[in-house]
Amino acid sequence: MLASERDQLKTEIWEMARKYDHHRSGLMPVLQHVQRKYRYISPEAMQESAGAFHIHPVEVYGVVSFYSFLSTKPKGKFIIRLCRTISCEMTGKAVIARQLENDLGITFGETTKDGMFTLEYTNCLGMCDSGPALLVNDEIYTEVTPESVADIIESYVRKFGASVTEEKKHE
Amino acid sequence: MNDKKTARNEGIILREIDVDAILIKVLKEDREDILREVTDSKLKGRGGAGFSTGRKWSLAAEARSDQKYIICNADEGEPGTFKDRVLLTDYTDALLAGMTIAGYAVGAESGIIYLRGEYVYMIDHIHDRIKNRYENKLLGDNIAGKKGFVFNITVRLGSGAYVCGEETALIESLEGQRGEPRNRPPFPVTCGFMGKPTVVNNVETFITALHILDKGAEWFKKFGTDKSTGTKLFSISGDCAKPGVYEFPLGITVKEVLTHIGARDAKAVQVGGASGRCVAHDEFESTLAFEDISTGGSIIVFGPHRDMLAVARNFMEFFAEESCGQCTPCRYGVEALLEGIEMLEQRKCSMKYLNELLGLCETMQVTSKCGLGQSAPNAFMSILKNFKHEILSRDSAR
Ligand SMILES: Cc1cc2nc3c(=O)[nH]c(=O)nc-3n(C[C@H](O)[C@H](O)[C@H](O)COP(=O)(O)O)c2cc1C
Ligand code: SF4
Ligand code: FES
Repeated sequence: MLASERDQLKTEIWEMARKYDHHRSGLMPVLQHVQRKYRYISPEAMQESAGAFHIHPVEVYGVVSFYSFLSTKPKGKFIIRLCRTISCEMTGKAVIARQLENDLGITFGETTKDGMFTLEYTNCLGMCDSGPALLVNDEIYTEVTPESVADIIESYVRKFGASVTEEKKHE
Repeated sequence: MNDKKTARNEGIILREIDVDAILIKVLKEDREDILREVTDSKLKGRGGAGFSTGRKWSLAAEARSDQKYIICNADEGEPGTFKDRVLLTDYTDALLAGMTIAGYAVGAESGIIYLRGEYVYMIDHIHDRIKNRYENKLLGDNIAGKKGFVFNITVRLGSGAYVCGEETALIESLEGQRGEPRNRPPFPVTCGFMGKPTVVNNVETFITALHILDKGAEWFKKFGTDKSTGTKLFSISGDCAKPGVYEFPLGITVKEVLTHIGARDAKAVQVGGASGRCVAHDEFESTLAFEDISTGGSIIVFGPHRDMLAVARNFMEFFAEESCGQCTPCRYGVEALLEGIEMLEQRKCSMKYLNELLGLCETMQVTSKCGLGQSAPNAFMSILKNFKHEILSRDSAR
């Protein structure tokens, strides 16, 4: 990490922590911010957060490792989370899973080489009456069909100028 | 935002009301009268555990402290539950007013909504409604002109952990810790967030309390049964013609529900989500009520063609993923049950071992630290009880 980047990260963490009087109850919002902006929580971010809340870095690590939406490894710009819980399973989540893998050219748990998409499973998204459901970062998609998977992916590629997905490289 | 298309059968909770008029009216009443009305209504918590709301509020009101908290549990993570999603998007002001009244009744100035991370897409909407209420003096200082009454509401996000719906894990999470359930007692009403008296209620509970204070406990008790008063929202999914959120009086039979939603050919219904239990055909006359089949409102319907062992597997995988791992019965038990399901899939499970697993289930129910581990074996036990023949006579490994 560049010195200037680390300074930036440090400033952000300490400014947010100050809003919570450096009380530990501010730790989750800080980590959520870092995860959102930097796509993971780096060792440096853990050290700074620990400093800002007067706790040991291992405490921060303990928290990060507990929550499935926080990660110590960089994720793609867009995290696609497909619901694998029962109601979505019954409405055909397996077919959507296969199409996602085919269209992105990766398997679950992986990130595309261009760093754009990470593919994961998640549990019930609270959309059980209109499954299969998936999340792309903060956005929810319901009644997903195999045909619409490509459209969803394309919409992010277009909106955010993602270069190419893995699949297209083979074309 | 509008999620109303999925909500049906208006009764109490989904009726149109003038939220602000009710709030202003209630804030003119004495605290004791509010507590008494809620207690008299016999309202029980809508998040699943079914503790008396009036009692919870009264205990928090009695606790002496310079600070108290009102927490709305919007972590809705039980598989098959989505009624809070509808309430949070379309009945937001009713929720905020319900929390405000709770704050007034127990003497709390701070309210926190703990919103599951998966629902972050609705946070801007909730913030908008909160801002609007501050502008209209329905939040903040001297609410509705009531001198000295202060109540503030903030929203905090979860980060993808089902166990954080358990109230003490939720509090740990708010305090910046791993979401591991605490030992109880002490209960949150005496020692909760930051060690202060804290009321944790489900989204629907706050809204239902608002309706009770509008129309009175006697009116509320006309709905439901003697022990399970009022109506409740049900989240219905699976093999049925009309999935969605429904409001029914408590005490309705499973069969009546199935008729309403177009699922007459159902072979089984999972009531209460992954931590609930599987109800088969011969129990369809049972009622959905605290004294019979108790539930937070998740109803998942299985049609005649469903493979019930696959259903059991899906539930156990859920728990294997979501157990916090803090205590052995839950951590080990869930893994053992999942292995048992694999053996059953391969048709390699002896009756002796199956019975051992059922014994393990009972141990988990009794010795696990929190509700997750205590209820994780329910689905396994009830599916095996109801569908033992189907499961043992599977003709090929799938
Ligand atoms: C594993 C687990 C998950 C829970 N998830 C929720 C939840 O998402 N929402 C909720 O209101 N209650 C949930 N509960 C119940 C809460 O611990 C608590 O009883 C409830 O929020 C109290 O509110 P109520 O009395 O209004 O129902 C959960 C309990 C357990 C054991
Ligand atoms: S029962 Fe399970 S979820 Fe609850 S404390 Fe024990 S390990 Fe954690
Ligand atoms: S089971 Fe997929 S959203 Fe609930």
